Amino acid sequence: MALNTENEKKLNYTDHQDYTETEAEQHFRVISPSRMVAKRFFKSKLSIIGLIMIIFVFVFSFVGPIIIDATWGYKETQVFKIERISDMVTTAQFAGPDGKVYDYYDKSQTQVLFKAPPSFDHWLGTDTSGFDIFTRLMYGGRISLTISFIVIIIEMFLGIVLGGLAGYYGKWVDQVVMRIVDIFACLPGMPILLVLSAAISSIESIPAEHRIYYLMAFLTLMGWTGVARIVRGQILMLREQEYMMAAETTGIKAINKIMRHLVPNTMPQLIVNATLGLGGVILYESTLSYLGLGVPFPRAAWGSMIALADPSRGQEILANYPNMWVPAGILIVVTVLGFSFIGDGLRDAFDPRMKR
Amino acid sequence: MWKYLLKRIALAILILVGVSVLIYMLTMLMPADYIDNQTSAALQSGAMTKEDVQRLKELYGLADKSFTGIIKSYTSWLKSTVTGDLGHSFVYGKPVTDVLSEYIWISFMIAFISYILQIIIGIPMGIKASVNQYSAYDYSVSVFAMMGASLPSFFLSALLMNVLAIKLGLFPLQGLTTATKIFAQNAHFQIFLDKAWHLVLPISVLTLLGVGGTMKYTRTNMLEVLNSDYIRTARAKGLSEKVVTYKHAFRNTMIPLVTSLSGMLPSLFGGAMITETVFAIPGIGYMALRATTQGDIPFIMGYNMFLAILTVLGMLISDIMYMVVDPRVKLS
Repeated sequence: MALNTENEKKLNYTDHQDYTETEAEQHFRVISPSRMVAKRFFKSKLSIIGLIMIIFVFVFSFVGPIIIDATWGYKETQVFKIERISDMVTTAQFAGPDGKVYDYYDKSQTQVLFKAPPSFDHWLGTDTSGFDIFTRLMYGGRISLTISFIVIIIEMFLGIVLGGLAGYYGKWVDQVVMRIVDIFACLPGMPILLVLSAAISSIESIPAEHRIYYLMAFLTLMGWTGVARIVRGQILMLREQEYMMAAETTGIKAINKIMRHLVPNTMPQLIVNATLGLGGVILYESTLSYLGLGVPFPRAAWGSMIALADPSRGQEILANYPNMWVPAGILIVVTVLGFSFIGDGLRDAFDPRMKR
Repeated sequence: MWKYLLKRIALAILILVGVSVLIYMLTMLMPADYIDNQTSAALQSGAMTKEDVQRLKELYGLADKSFTGIIKSYTSWLKSTVTGDLGHSFVYGKPVTDVLSEYIWISFMIAFISYILQIIIGIPMGIKASVNQYSAYDYSVSVFAMMGASLPSFFLSALLMNVLAIKLGLFPLQGLTTATKIFAQNAHFQIFLDKAWHLVLPISVLTLLGVGGTMKYTRTNMLEVLNSDYIRTARAKGLSEKVVTYKHAFRNTMIPLVTSLSGMLPSLFGGAMITETVFAIPGIGYMALRATTQGDIPFIMGYNMFLAILTVLGMLISDIMYMVVDPRVKLS
């Protein structure tokens, strides 16, 4: 047999059952399914770019603060007062009593302590409160990434349990769970998150630093239905397969059948879904922070850093201080884009037939 | 088919009732409500007593926050909602239905124009990308699509404002009309132009954010069709690539496209909260954000129920359209 073409290497275990083990080993290099997935994943350029982006953001936001703290010994809320003289020139035209139009020109100098421009000590300058922007970007990333991972993990847990129950037991369990899923899926996401966050920020008995946990709970509440739907759909399909009949005949408990035989088979889809979902959670979180309903001041969040440029509070920062808000936006885009690249790469790697 | 539709509508009503219960509970559980927000200053200065506040709360129906109290107020809300009365907005001092119908149109205009633009730009680009799969064009289109989905709307708005409104001065920064200009009563055309000029940036933001999705969806479905057997048959017959692409492949891609695009139609009325707020466009999203942060319960209820109805309607429409455009589909 000529076994040197690309195709035959990809044969999976069902295809070489004709040969004995030793014969097969002579001709094939047996690759485990996960190795095959990894190989296909790293074949795509976009997935590697995505991976590099995410690793960069992780190192930046988790290792960066440690280095800063160890070397220079300050954190996100350290105020730097950097003196500089700002010239303000105002011009106006007015018509004098003699009918001529005069140009009015006024130059005033003010001493400014905050909003320092980028310098060697502060790579991106300082913001309106005198915080170092570069450091705050790192801490903001920490918040965003932590929230997104925790939310996605809880979502997966909730979705797997409820979706698994609905798919496995069917009948009224399925009806009840899926109607709840329908209701949650029809809730308008952003407005409800706003209602909840506004409620939390108005309760005085909740300390500001705990607001973030409530925030995570709300984000989870809005997102678990997708996972439940996927798990249910997959299990409905999988439970009709022959290997489930085999599992049935061994007489194992239902929970084991669900958790050991059904759920692992839904994992590929779930992992893809979770990776793509991470970006979505970051977008939600940064939108809430932008509106001042997320992570409370003085802690840093990417969304609230961009909120400095909100033109409703004056155009000054939007027009003249791009160093304050552009980097935060770029980091959001890099993170979300990185997660979508990885998610897409994983989807293609798990199921080459679905390649899009 | 009618039986199926009836079943779907019954289910939709059930879902909507569930949604309304959920939203009502959430809003009523807000510990500091509209009255607290409004009266906290007066309370502090001694202009109002606690009893005054309590009386006001009773007037607004916010006094009884026990479980039975919430149920009682919910049933009365449900009764009046069924008759089409969504109550009075606290913040705007008008019936909620009036506020909705007044501000919805500007939101719809923005969303509709950007919807059309998304279709005009997204579909041809998606087709081209799928025909030249794995080409440089395909990759750049895919990356562009994903970029659009990962940009937060407020960041894109800020970037466009910085470059186009402030640096180049091409468009106004915020608002719907130029405050410094005074138009004659009958200068409808100038007023229209002024408004259109203000809406260029918000529409661009919505289009840029959404066009990637349409593009990617077209591409995915085109690729699926292009790999099917009848396309090979069409090519084998010797048809030109153009006929194969546009007549055989694209017409079949239309099925999922029409289904999903028509399902999006109702959501165009929902308003774009963040974009409208950043650009200070008095649309329904902007009004809703203001009402939400102030705890305006009747408005929050009305608006969120409106959005839920739009979602349910969108799903129903796309189901029906699926049947209309693809005669092979029989729903049961």
